[in-house]
Amino acid sequence: MEILMAFLIGILFMSATYLMLSKSLLRIIVGTGLLSHGAHLLILTMGGLKRGAAPLLGQHAEAYADPLPQALILTAIVISFGVTAFFLVLAYRAYQELGTDNMDRMRGKEGNE
Amino acid sequence: MNSLIILPILIPLLTGIILIFFSKNIPVQKLISVISSLLMVLSALYLAVAVYQDGIQTMNLSNWEAPFGITLVSDMLSALLVLTTSVIALACLLYSFRSIGKERESFFYYPVFFFLVLGINGAFTTGDIFNLFVFFEVMLMASYVLLVLGGTKIQLRETIKYILVNVISSALFVIAVAYLYSVVGTLNMAHISERISQIGQPGIVTVIAVFFLLVFGIKGAIFPLYFWLPGSYYAPPAPVMAMFGALLTKVGVYSITRTYTLFFYHDTGYTHGLLEILSIFTIIVGVIGAIAYSDVKKIIIYNVIVAVGVILFGVATLTEESLAGSVFYLIHDMIIKAALFLLIGIIVKITGTSSIKKMGGLIHQYPGLAWTFFIAALALAGIPPLSGFAGKVLIVRSGLESGNYWGAGIVLLSSLFVLFSVMKIFINVFWGSPRAYRQQEPVPAKWLLAAPAVLTAFAVLYGLGTEALYPIISLAAETLSNPEIYINAVLKE
Repeated sequence: MEILMAFLIGILFMSATYLMLSKSLLRIIVGTGLLSHGAHLLILTMGGLKRGAAPLLGQHAEAYADPLPQALILTAIVISFGVTAFFLVLAYRAYQELGTDNMDRMRGKEGNE
Repeated sequence: MNSLIILPILIPLLTGIILIFFSKNIPVQKLISVISSLLMVLSALYLAVAVYQDGIQTMNLSNWEAPFGITLVSDMLSALLVLTTSVIALACLLYSFRSIGKERESFFYYPVFFFLVLGINGAFTTGDIFNLFVFFEVMLMASYVLLVLGGTKIQLRETIKYILVNVISSALFVIAVAYLYSVVGTLNMAHISERISQIGQPGIVTVIAVFFLLVFGIKGAIFPLYFWLPGSYYAPPAPVMAMFGALLTKVGVYSITRTYTLFFYHDTGYTHGLLEILSIFTIIVGVIGAIAYSDVKKIIIYNVIVAVGVILFGVATLTEESLAGSVFYLIHDMIIKAALFLLIGIIVKITGTSSIKKMGGLIHQYPGLAWTFFIAALALAGIPPLSGFAGKVLIVRSGLESGNYWGAGIVLLSSLFVLFSVMKIFINVFWGSPRAYRQQEPVPAKWLLAAPAVLTAFAVLYGLGTEALYPIISLAAETLSNPEIYINAVLKE
């Protein structure tokens, strides 16, 4: 199961890197989304995968999954959701203001002299 | 157990929330923000005194015992940094009152400003590695808003780059925490340190150490990860630039210092050797940038990078003396960078340009500004008895003692070039014949000068009072060089 997850995470990172290297702003944002998905799955895998056990079942449970990675993922998902929402609004505003979503054409002279 | 630790985090949080409700009433916003900044400074001062008298203060949130819940830990280093942050925040706030403009003020400038302070103070205080990530995100979210607020073209462009870089580094941060968790099985920083010393830092932990260096290196702008900084810090207005330049990169530097003294100190030949090389290169690229540009903002921004290198060189040397030097220099640099950014903010406002070739003769009309800048520039370069001197002496001396002549030589030489770069600003901007400048509105130079003048005065006092402050700083360095003190304070109460 861990091996399968490793492949899945690797594919997510690969696609994220590919998308973030493209010129279109929207693709870049999708890329950041995939990157954080990969990171979240990685936390889950690092905590150790276990089937058929709930996180917390009292003190005398026979089997339970580690609840901490799940709590971490929850936090990380909320944060990346917020950042992605902000990024999308920013991209739209930048498109309105600068008239392009192509990263190459966004390069301006101001501050680059 | 001391509940006061949370005050420097709680005050900006509550202030930010309250200010949102008064978004259209600017005088009320100003009043509330001044009062709560003063409260923040007082509580930070009280906390620093408590740490000095009674040792490290800890607080277990929700009363979960130490390794299980989130713990806030205030040792001397973090208490000093929180105090400096609160003072700089107050100065930048007062400066903002007359310079930031109505359109930013009525669109949540002050609330977001306080959220930024919340993130910074939280990152300095927390004793939990994942909580550090959360406070990083709070701080970054606020910095995105502050960077883009105003919506000019250059701001939009730079914010996109800045967000992208930080989203990637945040993802790397999460990954690094996940790896660390899978090896040591805990998130409490003291507990991590204890467990790593039990297993004696095998190869995998060294890999994680380099991973953390990558993450914090992006935020702290070390070579070769500094590429985003000169562009992004160029875009926002002066008070925001001062907050970013003085505080944001220092959070990255603090995190490197914390993790490399508390967790990863067993294989120093590799990890700290790497940090040392990178810090020297950071100094070199910073110096090259500071000399090459003829734009006041760019020159000071590249000086931020130089300072990061100098501080981390002291951390990489890893003796008690060099750590004391780094702490000294860290606090000096926070104060003096804030002062310099605010000063060049006034210069840019008066002249309407940031290129030093289009300025001249300001000393005739604004002598106070000129002399404040002169003193701040000397302090930045570390001319004795001003504030940069003591830290650099300690860093260079311990570098020489540990046999690293090249590194120490480059740190020494960098001071000369730093002095040259700021004197270039001074000569071109203040000397020469006065020119006529087109100003859209009159500049309240006297009011604006107050905040950086007070900060410069602090820098002078900090330099003159080195002898008196040394016990406090060496207390911070002692905790850094003996992780057991930190571990005992957190885990064995």
